[in-house]
Amino acid sequence: MDRVAIVGIGQTKIEAAKERQNYPEMVYEAVKLALEDAGVGIDEVDNVVTTANDFWDGRTISCMPVGGVSGGYDKNISGVEGDGTFGAFYASCRTRSGSYGTTLLTAHSKGSESRKITPMITNAAFDPIHARCLGLDIVTACALQARKYMQRFGITEEECAQVSVKNHGNALENPNAQTPMNITVEDVMKSEMIAEPLKALDISPISDGACCMILANEERVKNFRTKPVWLKGVSFCADAFQLGDRDLSECKALEKAAEKAYQMAGIQDPRKEIDVAEICDAFTYQELMWTEGLGFGKKGEGGKLVTSGATAKDGDIPVNPSGGLLSGHPFIAAGMYRMIEAVRQIRGEAGGMQVKEDVKTALAHGVNGLCGQSHCVWILGSE
Amino acid sequence: MGKRAAIVGAGQTYHKSIRRDVNGQELINEAVTRALEDAELTIDDIDGVVIGNMDHFEGINYVDCWSIDGSGGFMKPTMKLCTGGTTGTTLGIGGFHMVASGMFDKLLVIGWEKNSESDTTGAIVTATDPILDRGVMAGALAGLAIEASEYAAAYGATPKDAARVSVRDRKHACNNPYAHLRKEVTIEEVLSSPVISDPLHLLDMCPRTDGACAVIYASEDVAEKLCPQPAWVVKTANRHCYSRFSDIKGQTGMLSLTTAAKELWAKTGIKEPLKEIDVLEMYQPYSWGGLIWFEDMGFCKKGEGPKYIWDGVTDMGGECPTNPSGGVVSTNPIGATGLIRCAEIAHQIQGKAGDRQVPNVELGLATGFGGCFWSDMILYSKKKPA
Repeated sequence: MDRVAIVGIGQTKIEAAKERQNYPEMVYEAVKLALEDAGVGIDEVDNVVTTANDFWDGRTISCMPVGGVSGGYDKNISGVEGDGTFGAFYASCRTRSGSYGTTLLTAHSKGSESRKITPMITNAAFDPIHARCLGLDIVTACALQARKYMQRFGITEEECAQVSVKNHGNALENPNAQTPMNITVEDVMKSEMIAEPLKALDISPISDGACCMILANEERVKNFRTKPVWLKGVSFCADAFQLGDRDLSECKALEKAAEKAYQMAGIQDPRKEIDVAEICDAFTYQELMWTEGLGFGKKGEGGKLVTSGATAKDGDIPVNPSGGLLSGHPFIAAGMYRMIEAVRQIRGEAGGMQVKEDVKTALAHGVNGLCGQSHCVWILGSE
Repeated sequence: MGKRAAIVGAGQTYHKSIRRDVNGQELINEAVTRALEDAELTIDDIDGVVIGNMDHFEGINYVDCWSIDGSGGFMKPTMKLCTGGTTGTTLGIGGFHMVASGMFDKLLVIGWEKNSESDTTGAIVTATDPILDRGVMAGALAGLAIEASEYAAAYGATPKDAARVSVRDRKHACNNPYAHLRKEVTIEEVLSSPVISDPLHLLDMCPRTDGACAVIYASEDVAEKLCPQPAWVVKTANRHCYSRFSDIKGQTGMLSLTTAAKELWAKTGIKEPLKEIDVLEMYQPYSWGGLIWFEDMGFCKKGEGPKYIWDGVTDMGGECPTNPSGGVVSTNPIGATGLIRCAEIAHQIQGKAGDRQVPNVELGLATGFGGCFWSDMILYSKKKPA
């Protein structure tokens, strides 16, 4: 299989509301940053993939406004609907297929424009006859999952709160983060109860942000000035749709996706071999569940992972040194932001977020659907 | 280099304006089951699922996740592609790239739409820019009426010429048991049908349809073991030039299709598409497209479309039979429409097209149209590409 590398990255600052930009303008900013980073003009880009979602954008054919600003005017172009990690998968396939030497991909979310109807947008992901009428949305559904997971494994609210403390604290070193905070477990516990057991500081904010990556095959990598970060392994997997058809305390789809991604990248002991992980912590309990699903610890030990300091920036398996989604959550772009942070770690360009000097292998993770129905796992490497 | 990839199985639902007998997941499953039967595979043989539709036509968010029970994507890699009207051909192109990349051996690709569950125009209106476009140019009809008017003004084509295309497609549809509208019409009937946006008559236009289509792509490692005659992808090309309708230059030809065709013919060495391509399935949602876009792809010179159409060049038995399935004016489940073009070409190459079979198909072309006058093209062949 042809080798493909990430050779350019660009991300806008994640903010609560970018009042001066519409979403195509945000994407344009990210594309310009990625081209500058890569040291090339748009002519070096063979084809384009955009990532969008009609519901979050409030537009049918939501890829339409971002095709032009992504440089797609006179190029082959396609559109993925779902998290940016899935967009990156298709972009990598278009490069690996031999059809194109380079692929530019973008993702964006302007949550500020749909802030008031966010519950309706996620309610529309449920079965229209049996579940929507219950008023379920992403927060209430995830509250059910949190409770199920915590009860089964004896995870405490304080352990979850520890994730909030860690990630908001990490964000203090991230100039692009929306909500860097120096807080304590007590602050999280005292924050407003939103949907039991989820409190305000357990929940990621609504955000505006756009990002862009440029991929190149082995032959074209030399045309870019950046140190290439290679796509070593990837897999994705979807679990059952109805919440009642799953054991919500499990994340079998993540386990399977991780297993296949590790296999492709030749990783046998993820905790030892992965230097840093950027994962989708839309809610504090999810970081605990997903770290278990990724094999960083045993089932039910996610709480220990955070309280022992293992997932801290200076721990043996740092998770979300950028601050994660808890510090800024542009929905559809979320996973691609994780990939970009992983790239910066491998390049050694993560500044105050850098977990160690020589990061060889990094993991990035994205989610589609609710309560972690569908996961995508990427392994990126320096060689 | 990537792997060669081919369609080894295809299936579609029976199409109607309202499929009250099934919900969305069941509709999807009907197409999936037919495609698996066609390829003589079971869902356990499938490595991954790619699905597409337009969210607001059913009002379901995260369709890749919601559709698992119908698609068979349970505990498999499952994702969604969507580009509006071109979604179906975006899926056809996407399935090819994902298999050609070496990531999948057997990939299930699904396009579907249950248009009856929404206000189609209400949804399409939101595709246009809320500030610059929506007030003057919204919905699917306006742009097409403008294109037809400009073409008529430039080349003297008439509504009667366009009606001849509609007569052709609606006649062809009578050979297709899956088609939504299966009734022959006369030129007079097209011209006397209500004008819905001058110069477009009701019978020039596509319907909105409930339906789904599924195809199975396989890599060169397994395709020939799975079926005696895979339908190989030769090359794909597409352009989605514009992001706003107000940016479209006055057109006596569709820029996206003209440039995509130029690229496709250059990549495949095709010099005379009319002579070299044996069958054409166009995403042609209105009759005028059968004139204008046929020219844009280089099947004939600009302005000569009507002559070719009247001479029967594109009829069954003509030099390049076009839309043997009855095309999009007969059946239009939007997210599936482009993929139906791919499925029809695959069955033409495999000799499985029944009463609508064109004899001796070596090369077949599927096209997609949508978004802001966007075009996709996929060339399939009987012969394994070099």
